Amino acid sequence: MKKFISGMLLALSAAVLPVSGVLASTGVELPPVKANIHDKQSLQRGAKYFVNYCMGCHSLGSSRYNRVAQDLGLSPEQVKDNFIFTRDDDGELQKPGDLMTNAMRKKYGEAVFGVAPPDLSLSGRLRGETWIYHYLKSFYADRTRPFGVNNTVFPNAGMPHVLWELQGLQRLEVKEEHGHKTETLVLDQPGKLSPAKYDEVVMDLTNFLVYVGEPSKLSRPTIGIFVLIFLVIFTAVAYLLKKEYWKDVH
Amino acid sequence: MADHPKHNYTGLLGWVEDRFPLMETWNYHLAQYYAPRNFNIWYYFGSLAILVLVFQIFSGLFLAFHYKPDAALAFNSVEYIMRDVPGGWFIRYMHSTGASFFFIVVYLHMFRALIYGSYKGKRELLWLIGMTIYLALMATAFMGYLLPWGQMSLWGAQVIINLFNTIPFIGEQLSVWLRGDFVLSDATLNRFFALHFFIPVIVLPALVFVHMVALHAVGSNNPDGIEIKQGPKGNRWSPDAPKDGIPFFPYYIVKDVFGVGVFLFVFFAVLFFAPEMGGFFLEPPNFEPANALKTPLHIAPVWYFTPFYTILRSIPDPWYGTVGMFSAIILLFLLPWIDKNPIKSWRYRNASHMANLLLFAIVFLILGWMGTKSVEPLYKELGTRMTQIYFLFFVVLGIHSRPFANSQPSNVLGILIAVVLGLLVWIGSGFLSFGGIFAGIVVGLAFALIFMLGNFIAKQYFGKNGVKARYAAWFFILLGLIIFYDVYFRFVPSDTTATVQMLLQLIWPVVYLGVTLLLPALSPSVNAEKPVPERVTE
Ligand code: HEC
Ligand code: HEM
Repeated sequence: MKKFISGMLLALSAAVLPVSGVLASTGVELPPVKANIHDKQSLQRGAKYFVNYCMGCHSLGSSRYNRVAQDLGLSPEQVKDNFIFTRDDDGELQKPGDLMTNAMRKKYGEAVFGVAPPDLSLSGRLRGETWIYHYLKSFYADRTRPFGVNNTVFPNAGMPHVLWELQGLQRLEVKEEHGHKTETLVLDQPGKLSPAKYDEVVMDLTNFLVYVGEPSKLSRPTIGIFVLIFLVIFTAVAYLLKKEYWKDVH
Repeated sequence: MADHPKHNYTGLLGWVEDRFPLMETWNYHLAQYYAPRNFNIWYYFGSLAILVLVFQIFSGLFLAFHYKPDAALAFNSVEYIMRDVPGGWFIRYMHSTGASFFFIVVYLHMFRALIYGSYKGKRELLWLIGMTIYLALMATAFMGYLLPWGQMSLWGAQVIINLFNTIPFIGEQLSVWLRGDFVLSDATLNRFFALHFFIPVIVLPALVFVHMVALHAVGSNNPDGIEIKQGPKGNRWSPDAPKDGIPFFPYYIVKDVFGVGVFLFVFFAVLFFAPEMGGFFLEPPNFEPANALKTPLHIAPVWYFTPFYTILRSIPDPWYGTVGMFSAIILLFLLPWIDKNPIKSWRYRNASHMANLLLFAIVFLILGWMGTKSVEPLYKELGTRMTQIYFLFFVVLGIHSRPFANSQPSNVLGILIAVVLGLLVWIGSGFLSFGGIFAGIVVGLAFALIFMLGNFIAKQYFGKNGVKARYAAWFFILLGLIIFYDVYFRFVPSDTTATVQMLLQLIWPVVYLGVTLLLPALSPSVNAEKPVPERVTE
């Protein structure tokens, strides 16, 4: 719809307006990434990376362990043993029915990182898969920043490069050619994983965050198909009924 | 007490009918309500609007079981509905998709009234009630959008409520009164929730009821714009019913059921496969909790408000922007008194009128599209030009309403308007200041001069006082006024980009006025009306 209307309009205005120059968007376009929330293996790995590397700082405050377990095909025991590392207010390990919160206080987060690490329950919907994927790949060394890293997708982000052991450290190279600035990230110091393996880790995390953003999306389209099939039949019957009745009128 | 009319119902039905006008009502509104037989696709949207209202009320009720109208809890309670309440996501999407579809359906329903002249004559009150429903609907949706307490909820509402600040003298108090606080806060959320429950559950159904009563008293219009009640009488169902009428039940009921099927297919296709509708129905920034300390880079209201948002933004002065926005809606109320042409349907009106309506629809869409864009020179100018055309539409509608009038616009009238306008500008821009007086005089004089000049040019080239001269005079006058507005209110010599855009995009009002006013001045066939048939056509 959006595309259609804008396409029509652009076609209209192209005749009189110097369109191309004005319309070219200013931000850098990230190559689109498609998350696959039906890849259970990937989701399980993503969940594991998340609780290991991210949950110390980021909560998933709208999501429950046992729901994630159920959706990802894990047993409650598996979840208990592999996923629950955070403690509740009483210092007890969390229970499978609990929300996936952590013990980080907002004030503490602000003091250490400048911004409290946000809850990521909805980041899959807020930022989208493309953004998250590229964000996690775009940290580079920058001595001017408190944690020694910066990010090309989210400049001056308060988050340290928590996956640096896996990815290694990148360096930002800026080239100027014909007044065109191109920024490339070069791997300076390799990490434990090859770049291809690291991309997989990031993809798993992205998949998981997209899933957590809207768990109902797992079943939504399937139900939708049945509803639409029913409606096709319903509408066909309604049409025949209408035709039958309206014989009197014509 | 008067008795009911006699009836022949027996058994339980008879027992009830003795005590309550059950079948009487059924017959009056359905089984013996004779609707024109020639309804087309435009006539589905009324019953669909009722269907969506029912959807909203029931999905809203189930949401309200779990929703918490508290600034600290609201955001998470919506996510709780989405995840932990069984079927909660479906209910929430019914509601959010329903809100957007409500507006789609209502906008189409209203446009139908425009093209078939359904707001005229006996249906004036029906139109006013309908417009009131539209207002109540906008109020409801506006308040509903605050409830999930996301970033766009907060900042969108902020923008709109701050508009009331711009009202002279009482603005500050009024906006505090609306918010219930000095800033948009928990108090606002709480009362918006109460109102968001109250309006759609009490006020809207009452208005819809009155809308139906008014409709059934005067009868439905139809694509031919002919009154079937005034035509020949007698049909196979009743000897004294209008010949071209058919009983609403069963004929239009079965037809509407088919319409419901098609509608639900589209509705559920969106709900199940694209509930965010590419950010139009649910805006991604709203997945971040409201944060009064973090202004989003780009605030855009939901799509159904964006046309008016563009009008607001295209007038730089906040108070006049607010006036512009609200008058854009008020003018719709006045349609019946602007368009006095006795022919109702556009089928039999002249081609210029048809073009005017189509262009108005396109302009409205572009206004909506511009409201979702950030203000870059190109879009800003496009939005401004479309705003100008939006308002021109009503003037042109009035001009087309008397297509064969052959007197040029009266200069005396022009001068009178000029004086009033000058005074308004004077008062508006500072009663006691020299600048205010000066502005008033400039605007008044310019208006009068443009008026007389337009008349003069038309007389020179199209002969004095003919149908053609009238159209041509209006063309020159309106174009002159647009250019004057651009030069006097908008032109900033130092801003070259804006000036270039202004000049380039002058094409839009020129094309608009050219098609609707210059064309009928040049070619009589464009101005020709077609003979209205005696009886409705197939
Ligand atoms: C040491 C604490 C810490 C850890 C561990 C951490 N982050 Fe962050 N993260 C932050 C902070 C702080 C921010 C806020 C950055 C800002 O707004 O400047 C952030 C921001 C983000 C954002 C952007 C949120 C938004 O929409 O603004 C994403 C996505 C994210 N982190 C993902 C992750 C993932 C995935 C992991 C695990 C691999 C992770 N983070 C681990 C501290 C952390
Ligand atoms: C004319 C009918 C209505 C319209 C147009 C409407 C519109 C809206 C909109 C646009 C939202 C925000 C949607 C979102 O972002 O999720 C909303 C939320 C809400 N509405 Fe309504 N609504 C209507 C009727 C009702 C009724 C009758 C009730 C209560 C009985 C209700 C209860 C709620 C609640 C509890 C929410 C917050 C939950 C949520 O945001 O999903 N609504 N409404």
